[in-house]
Amino acid sequence: MDREKLKADIKEIVEEWKTKEGNLIMILHKIENRYGYVPREVSFEISKLLDVPLARIYEVITFYNYFKLEPPGKHTVAVCMGTACYLKGGAELLSELEHILGVKEDETTKDGLFHLEIVRCLGCCGLAPVIKIDGKVFGELKKNDIIDILSHYTKQNGQMVSGVGSEVSGKP
Amino acid sequence: MVNAVINGIPVKVEEGTTILDAAKTVQVQIPTLCKHEDLPPSAACGICVVKIKGNNKMLRACCTPVEEGMDIITNDPEIVDVRRTVIELILSNHPNDCLTCGRNNDCELQTLMANFGIQEEFFDKFVKKTPKDSSTGTVVLEPEKCIKCGRCVEVCQDVQDVWALSFLERGFKTRISPAGDINLADSPCVRCGQCSAHCPTGAIVEYDHTAKVWRELMDPEKYCVVQIAPAVRVSIGEAFGYPPGTNMTKKLYSLLRRLGFKAVFDTNFGADVTIMEEATEFVERFVHKKGALPLITTCCPAWVDFMEKFHSDMIDHFSSCKSPQQIVGALSKTYFAQDKKIEPDKIVMVSIMPCTAKKYEIKRDEEMFASGQQDIDIVLTTRELARMIKQAGIDMTQLPDEEADHVMGDYTGGATIFGATGGVMEAALRTAYFLVTENNLEKVEFENVRGLKGVKETSIMIGEFEIKLAIAHGLSNVEYVLNKVRKAKEKGEPLPYHFIEVMACPGGCIGGGGQPYMVKDSVRIARTKGLYADDEKSKIRCSHDNPFVQKLYNEFLGKPLGKKSHELLHTEYKGRPQYRK
Repeated sequence: MDREKLKADIKEIVEEWKTKEGNLIMILHKIENRYGYVPREVSFEISKLLDVPLARIYEVITFYNYFKLEPPGKHTVAVCMGTACYLKGGAELLSELEHILGVKEDETTKDGLFHLEIVRCLGCCGLAPVIKIDGKVFGELKKNDIIDILSHYTKQNGQMVSGVGSEVSGKP
Repeated sequence: MVNAVINGIPVKVEEGTTILDAAKTVQVQIPTLCKHEDLPPSAACGICVVKIKGNNKMLRACCTPVEEGMDIITNDPEIVDVRRTVIELILSNHPNDCLTCGRNNDCELQTLMANFGIQEEFFDKFVKKTPKDSSTGTVVLEPEKCIKCGRCVEVCQDVQDVWALSFLERGFKTRISPAGDINLADSPCVRCGQCSAHCPTGAIVEYDHTAKVWRELMDPEKYCVVQIAPAVRVSIGEAFGYPPGTNMTKKLYSLLRRLGFKAVFDTNFGADVTIMEEATEFVERFVHKKGALPLITTCCPAWVDFMEKFHSDMIDHFSSCKSPQQIVGALSKTYFAQDKKIEPDKIVMVSIMPCTAKKYEIKRDEEMFASGQQDIDIVLTTRELARMIKQAGIDMTQLPDEEADHVMGDYTGGATIFGATGGVMEAALRTAYFLVTENNLEKVEFENVRGLKGVKETSIMIGEFEIKLAIAHGLSNVEYVLNKVRKAKEKGEPLPYHFIEVMACPGGCIGGGGQPYMVKDSVRIARTKGLYADDEKSKIRCSHDNPFVQKLYNEFLGKPLGKKSHELLHTEYKGRPQYRK
């Protein structure tokens, strides 16, 4: 990200809210909406402009689930752990995803392609167990289906997937 | 005033008094865990619940004010049962590491568990494995042992205004950590150790260097020497059953010899030398207009770190004089080594300090290697020394009194009060008065600079000059003082102060982060009294009258602020980033 542009952006957002009560959380909302997460250099900048300690900003960011500290992945993989999916093997799908992607819940693969998260009930319990990638739901899944689904997305992005997790996540 | 009844005993207290404090006035103790006298109640733990007749909820005594006509019960089988459950729930997320914990036998949670006779673990155990953070080399953070009481965060943010520690996440995931889960060493932490002094468990403890000292003492090649700081003498007795403020100086001297130290020095000697340099520096700046005013004291390493990180625009105002600890260190490996014909690299200098930041100061920059060696090799806090005494099996209470070794063991009353807020200022004024007027003060006490008020502002006359003073302790009090200076400089108005003393810890070094646990104002007052009593009974009360200091200047240093002084006893400062990551 261009540092000067970033600084100007933040300044503009902060100026808008500076004099209003409860400004920190509103500024963080704007930042989250604009960048999809709150980068550390942005927090430093807000800290300076508002004269609020960085520690306080991080207390707020980590208190609310809405704010993220890491850039979101290009594709969000949501594993349903609602009751029906859980009983039908949701946990197995999750561990397979963790294994292939090499990340845990709320983490993003190193290549930035996938972000893994857990959700409670996607409202299609008849299809359990399900995962959702971006807007698309995949139902009645078995553990072995996961690799094919993921390779569809990696191919789209011109990457190879051979079934070994580390290659998908971009690790050596 | 409001009237109420506690366990059938009538009480009358001022409006706003909490049930917890009201109970104390009628000798009723309510158990607490998260509450600390220094800090506002956080109502985090729930151990202090009490019943109030007519109210079917149990209320927390720490944060519930007494109301007119309240009928309070602090203790019955049902309350005990609730308190037991609270402790059992805390235990379910707390490791059973007591035997190998830095707080073993001196832990508030452990004491509560013993008092409530918790002998079985009723709930399933879940302790999240979290790595230790020893990155500062001064305090060790073990988040696994944290019970989320919030004391450390409160003290770091509100009392010290450092904001190194914060509460991240919420609910079950809540943890104490610097912003962004970086190491403490990369955070604004100034190593004052107030977090460790306020933690009720072993989640934050001092970095233990006792094993390193034992190793050096065992090494026949090494010549181990030691110094004790002013504030240690009036607090270490607490670890052996003496009341706070008991002066243990002479027992400490004999104790340290028995531990195996070949020479026993006193940091107070260094304090006298600090005063010679710093008072001269003040007179240079004030009378001869050489250098920026106000002059700001720099004996406190946590304050120096804080200034370098948060107020580096004030560097010109900082006294370049090193702290007494570093002065004794540099002189041990030069003056003393030459006198005794010992190779400086054979000398191991250990200092006993009330402070965790002193562990950081010894490597702060290259100036701390002025002798050609690292001037101070190891720093032990008061708490660590108490442990060593117990390990050595020495009966502290029956030890004979002894004297320190000459050359760097004799001190004046002015030096010993360095351990209390206002003390450095007072000692400096005694000598500055002499330097300006060539007479000693008739009355050496300056009552206005003493006491626990956060910022003390006063002025004194030295000859024809009025000198305006400010003394701040507890780092959150610094900003007020510095902002007044900044404002005056900006507007070109007369300076609000000429001389400023800052000590990072509330009360000064007697309330330091390495001192025995359970510090509160009554303890601070008692320890301070111990130091002023030491001053009063001293035959010599002004640093410049110390014959051994005079000898040092005649034989070795030349004159204050001279060439040799500058090489050995002075340092420089630079701005440092608050965050390194």
